[in-house]
Amino acid sequence: MTGKPINNRAWLFVLPVLAFVLFSSIIPVMTVVNYSIQDTMGANNFFWNGDAWFRDLLNPSTAIGERFNDALFRTLAFSLVCLMVEVPLGIAIALCIPRSGWLVGLTLVVVALPMLIPWNVVGTMWQIFARQDIGLFGATLTGLGLHYNVTQDPISAWITIVVIDVWHWTPLVILLSYAGLRAIPDAFYQAAKIDGASRWAIFFNIELPKLQKVLVIAVLLRFMQTFMIYTEPFVVTGGGPGSATTFLSIDLVKIALGQVDLGNAAAMSLVYYLITLTVCWIFFTIMTQLERRRDA
Amino acid sequence: MARITLDGIAHAYGGKPRSEQDYALKPLHHVWEQGMAYALLGPSGCGKTTLLNIISGLVIPSEGRLLFDDRDVTHLPTKERNIAQVFQFPVIYDTMTVAENLAFPLKNRRLPRAAIERRVTEIAAMLDLTGVLNRRARGLTADAKQKISLGRGLVRSDVSAVLFDEPLTVIDPALKWELRSKLKAVHRALDLLMIYVTHDQIEALTFADKVVVMNDGKAVQIGTPDDLFERPEHTFVGYFIGSPGMNLMPAKVSGSRALVDGAELQLGAAYLDPPKGGRVQVGVRPDYTQLSSVAGVPVRVRRVADLGRKRLAYVTLGAQQIVATIPPEMSSIGDQAKVVFDPGHTHVYVDDVRVAGAAA
Repeated sequence: MTGKPINNRAWLFVLPVLAFVLFSSIIPVMTVVNYSIQDTMGANNFFWNGDAWFRDLLNPSTAIGERFNDALFRTLAFSLVCLMVEVPLGIAIALCIPRSGWLVGLTLVVVALPMLIPWNVVGTMWQIFARQDIGLFGATLTGLGLHYNVTQDPISAWITIVVIDVWHWTPLVILLSYAGLRAIPDAFYQAAKIDGASRWAIFFNIELPKLQKVLVIAVLLRFMQTFMIYTEPFVVTGGGPGSATTFLSIDLVKIALGQVDLGNAAAMSLVYYLITLTVCWIFFTIMTQLERRRDA
Repeated sequence: MARITLDGIAHAYGGKPRSEQDYALKPLHHVWEQGMAYALLGPSGCGKTTLLNIISGLVIPSEGRLLFDDRDVTHLPTKERNIAQVFQFPVIYDTMTVAENLAFPLKNRRLPRAAIERRVTEIAAMLDLTGVLNRRARGLTADAKQKISLGRGLVRSDVSAVLFDEPLTVIDPALKWELRSKLKAVHRALDLLMIYVTHDQIEALTFADKVVVMNDGKAVQIGTPDDLFERPEHTFVGYFIGSPGMNLMPAKVSGSRALVDGAELQLGAAYLDPPKGGRVQVGVRPDYTQLSSVAGVPVRVRRVADLGRKRLAYVTLGAQQIVATIPPEMSSIGDQAKVVFDPGHTHVYVDDVRVAGAAA
C-alpha cells in the first residue's frame, strides 16, 4: 500500500484563486467589518466601538433597530409574495409550452425577453407605464375607476413593484421548469397513460417530483434576488410613499450614502448578508436532507 | 385475457407514406395467441418498438385493424385497452412507496381499498417484493424497479397482455438471468399473453415460445427458437440468429449439388435446376461446417478463435470468407485444411428467401 503523495507545491496552484478571492471578496468584506466595529469623526480618525453598532441594530427599541426591523419585515414579505406568485405561475406556464415543433423556439424567446432588459430600464419603463396621466397601465386602471396611484397609495406601490418583479423574473422559473419537464422521459407519460392516471395525478406524481431539483434552484435564485431588490423600487417609488416600499437595500443606501452613517450601515450590511446566507442555507439543507431521509 | 389479431397493420410516422421506404412498419398479419410468450427480435430501428406501441395504443397505426379477441381496438385509447407495459428504463413514481406504486393503477380505477390491498399483497408476493413494500421505490435497485413496473401491470386482474420493451437493458448481467426466470415463472403462473421486444437473441430464444424476427419494418420469420436455428426462412434470420451467423455463399445450384467458387457441395435435397429467379445463395451454420484434415473442400485458414467451449476457424473458400467449427480431436491446424458441410443443414436461398427442395 502506498499513501497519497504529499507535495506542498500544490499550494502554488491554488495561489491565483486565493489572490482573486482576496481582492474580489475578502478585502471588500473586511473593509465593511472594519467600519462596523469602529466609529469615525471624519478626517480618517477611527475609534474602537466594539459591538455597539450591532447591539443598536438588533435592539428594536432604538431608532435604527426599529427601522431595520420594519425594513426586514417588508423585504421578507416582498420575497414571500413574489415567490408565491412566480413559482406556481412559472410552472403553470412551463406546462403549457409545447414539447416539440417550430413553436418551441418562438415561445421560449418571447418568454425570455423580459429577462434581457436591464433593471434600471425595467424600472423606468414601469415608472412611465404606471403613471396616471400618460402611462397605459396607470391610466387604464384609473379610467376603470380603480384607486391606483403609485406615488400616493402604498397598496398601489406594492402591487406595482410585485407585478414588475413577476413580469421581469417569472421567465426564469418558466425556463428552469421547462428544462426540468423536458428531461422527463416519454416512458413516464406512457406508463401513466397505461396506469390510467389523470392529468392531476401525472402532475403530482411524475412532474412535480421530477421538477423538485430545479425548483430548489429556482426558489433560491428568486429568494436571493427579491430579498436584495433595489433598482425597481428605487426608480419607480423611491422607497415611498412614506416608507411603504423601503426595503432593506433601499434603507441601507439611504443610511450609508444619504446620512453617511457608516457604522450603522456597515453593521446592517453584515447582518443583511448573514440573513440571506442563512435562509438559503437552511432552505437548501432541509430540501436535500429531507429527500435523503425519505429514501432510506 | 385475450387473443390479439393484427389485421394488415402498418405504420408510417408523419402521415401518408409515398413509397415502401416510408413505412416504419410494413403491412403485417399475425395472431398472438392467449397464454403464449412471444419475442419480437430485430436490430435497432427495425420497427419492433413501433409494433409494440401500436398494440399498447401509444401509437395509432396508419393502416389496418387491431383486434382484441373480436373487438376492434385500433382507435381505443391506451387506458381502455387493459394492457400492461414494462419499458426499457424503469418507470416508477419517485415519491411513492413500493406498495403505493403497485396500488396506483387500481386507485386510478377507483377500486375499493380492501380489494386494492389484497391484490397488492398477492402480486408483491409473486414478485418477491413483500420485504420492501413500505420502502420508497426510488432508493431501490434497477431490477427491483423493473419488477415494480411489471407489478403495476399485473395488479390489474383484467389485463389482456403484458408487453416488454427491452426490459433488461439496464439490469446487471448477473441479475438478468434471475429476472428473466422470474418473468417466465409469472408467465406460467398467470397464463397471460406476453410480448417481449429485444435485440438480444439469447433473451428472445430463452424467453419465448415463438419468436418474430423483424428487419427493416418487416417480419421476416415467425417460428419457434428451433425453427429459427435449424431452418432460417430468410438470409437475415440466418445471419442475425446464432453467433457467429450463418455462412452464406453465392452458388450455382443444380439438382442436389451446389457450386461455390469452383468447389462442389452436396445438398440434402434436389432443386429444380436452376432455381428460378435472381441471386442464389447456399447457407450453412458454422455449427454444421466442420473443419477436417482428411475429406472435404480445401480451404485456407486465416485465423483460429478459441471460445473455451468450442473453437472456430475463420477460413477462405475461393473468394468466400466462412466460419467453421474445429472438432475437439483436431489439434494441429496449418494454413491449409478442408471443410465438410452437413448436407442436411445446407439451405438454398433465392433472393434471400429459402426455397425447399424435393427429397433427393
